[in-house]
Amino acid sequence: MDLVWDGIRRAFLLLVGLDREVMAITWLSFQIAATSTGLALVLGVPLGTLIALTRFPARDLVISLINTGMGLPPVVVGLFVSILLWRSGPLGALELLYTPTAIVIAQLVIATPIVTGLTLAAVQQIPPKFRLQMLAIGASRAQLLWLLLSEARLPMLAAVMAGFGGVISEIGASMMVGGNIRGQTRVLTTATVMETAKGSFDVAIALSVILLALTFLVNYLLTMLQQRRRPS
Amino acid sequence: MSGVLLDAQGVTVEYGGRTILSIDRLAVGRREILAVIGPNGSGKSTLLRVLGLLERPARGDIRLDGRRVEWGRDLLSARRRFASVFQEPLLADTTVEQNVALGLTLRRVPRDEARRRTSHWIARFGIAPLAGRQARTLSGGEAQRTSLARAFAIEPDILLLDEPFSALDPPTRDELLRDLQHILRETVVTAVFVTHDRDEALRLGDRVGVMWDGRLAQLDAPEEVFARPAGPDIARFVGVDNLVPGRVASAEAGLLVVETGSLRVIVPGEVAVGRSVILCIRPEDVVLRPESSEPTRDSALNRYQGHVAEMTPVGAQFRIRVECGKPLVALVTRHSVRELSLKVGSAVSASFKASAVHVLERTEPVAGDG
Repeated sequence: MDLVWDGIRRAFLLLVGLDREVMAITWLSFQIAATSTGLALVLGVPLGTLIALTRFPARDLVISLINTGMGLPPVVVGLFVSILLWRSGPLGALELLYTPTAIVIAQLVIATPIVTGLTLAAVQQIPPKFRLQMLAIGASRAQLLWLLLSEARLPMLAAVMAGFGGVISEIGASMMVGGNIRGQTRVLTTATVMETAKGSFDVAIALSVILLALTFLVNYLLTMLQQRRRPS
Repeated sequence: MSGVLLDAQGVTVEYGGRTILSIDRLAVGRREILAVIGPNGSGKSTLLRVLGLLERPARGDIRLDGRRVEWGRDLLSARRRFASVFQEPLLADTTVEQNVALGLTLRRVPRDEARRRTSHWIARFGIAPLAGRQARTLSGGEAQRTSLARAFAIEPDILLLDEPFSALDPPTRDELLRDLQHILRETVVTAVFVTHDRDEALRLGDRVGVMWDGRLAQLDAPEEVFARPAGPDIARFVGVDNLVPGRVASAEAGLLVVETGSLRVIVPGEVAVGRSVILCIRPEDVVLRPESSEPTRDSALNRYQGHVAEMTPVGAQFRIRVECGKPLVALVTRHSVRELSLKVGSAVSASFKASAVHVLERTEPVAGDG
């Protein structure tokens, strides 16, 4: 128990003391996760909406693949993104391996199916007649999409939370494509693993507490947004 | 009516190779309120979607002000001349006020104008106290009022109403129907109103169209459709309970004598002797009297002796089946039932005026004598 209390105390000191390295790691973790979640939204929201609203051959297969992708193991993603970015690999010339960009790419692969799948489910639960009604009162195609997404805003924000939660807590891919390089690609999760391996439980606990606090803060803000103006 | 506003020509809709809508021509005049009735599955709602440019017909044109609507290019601007109200209110998940304003927001109507129209129509439909409420907290009637206000706020050229009352309970429905009737009368709007309820059609329609099997089977003034249905199916649908098949025995001076097996019926009409006909007699037009009452000497009155075979209460009235060689159904008020002390088995005379009979020339045999 001492270990835990000590860790929490240490974490508190690191936080209050605005330890430069810890702050940098936290900030980098947030930046990478926010960027990959943001990009996943840019890709996943239109894709999920499109699949929800159209009928095409093998649609069920595509949806099954997306649903499977929602549980994609980060290690597997890390492996394939590594191969892709390897110096002699297909995208090796870009020299992205062991950069924050590489982590963003890997996390994007993890978060996109989550956002796509949840958007798909959110838009699909709106009755088709609602679409017809919106067209019938004069919505253009773009306005219709906007109306559908705002109608689905509750589950859509859940998609944002799930996407962000998936990537901020992920370790396998960050480690493999980022390399946990101090001052460059070290993020909260990879740092925690390293400190634990070194036996520095206090620092590991401090990092974990920061990770939890960060995740909580982001989810709290999104929840506030989601539950706004809902007195019932 | 000043000219045709909305015109469907040669429109067909097919699902999986099956034709479910086939309209040769349907022209709706400016400021006309056209009621479309028909049983479930007759193509009423499909017709409304096609008219409102929400569904593309397999063939045929929709014309607005005589100009053919091109799918694609002018679709949105043409569609924005309409506003629709469906059976379910289908409100957006926001306040009543924002729902009513939605059509104006989508059309980018200037804010002051939008606010003016929104509050006007909210008040007109009696939902001002609910303006700030979340749409999801409304009752069925309140939600449908919101949906109607949303459509009227658009101040469309053409209003399309698809059974807007059928999901409401009777008192709510009657109240809303009465309000809508007033509003439609004083608003300069062209409307197509789809319903399976013939009373709604009678109350709201300038003309009534009858859909049958995807076709427009009849299009006439309401009283015409109800008094002179174009065929036996329509007759049954508009409440003609007595469909009596027979043969013309003689024709003289505009009066026909029709033999129906056991009854001789005198009806006005011009049909050749020997032709098969179906006589349509509305149950409201059949009068019951005690058998002992004095016979009337009126050649234009058909009168038969019989007995009450069945009595079914219908609202404030009784539907009474009288067996007099052929069964005749009469609609009688509860008051009359008491006065005549009618019971199953009572001997009565059933009569109806010759002019109350609508004669259909028979083209094909109908199943059941009605």
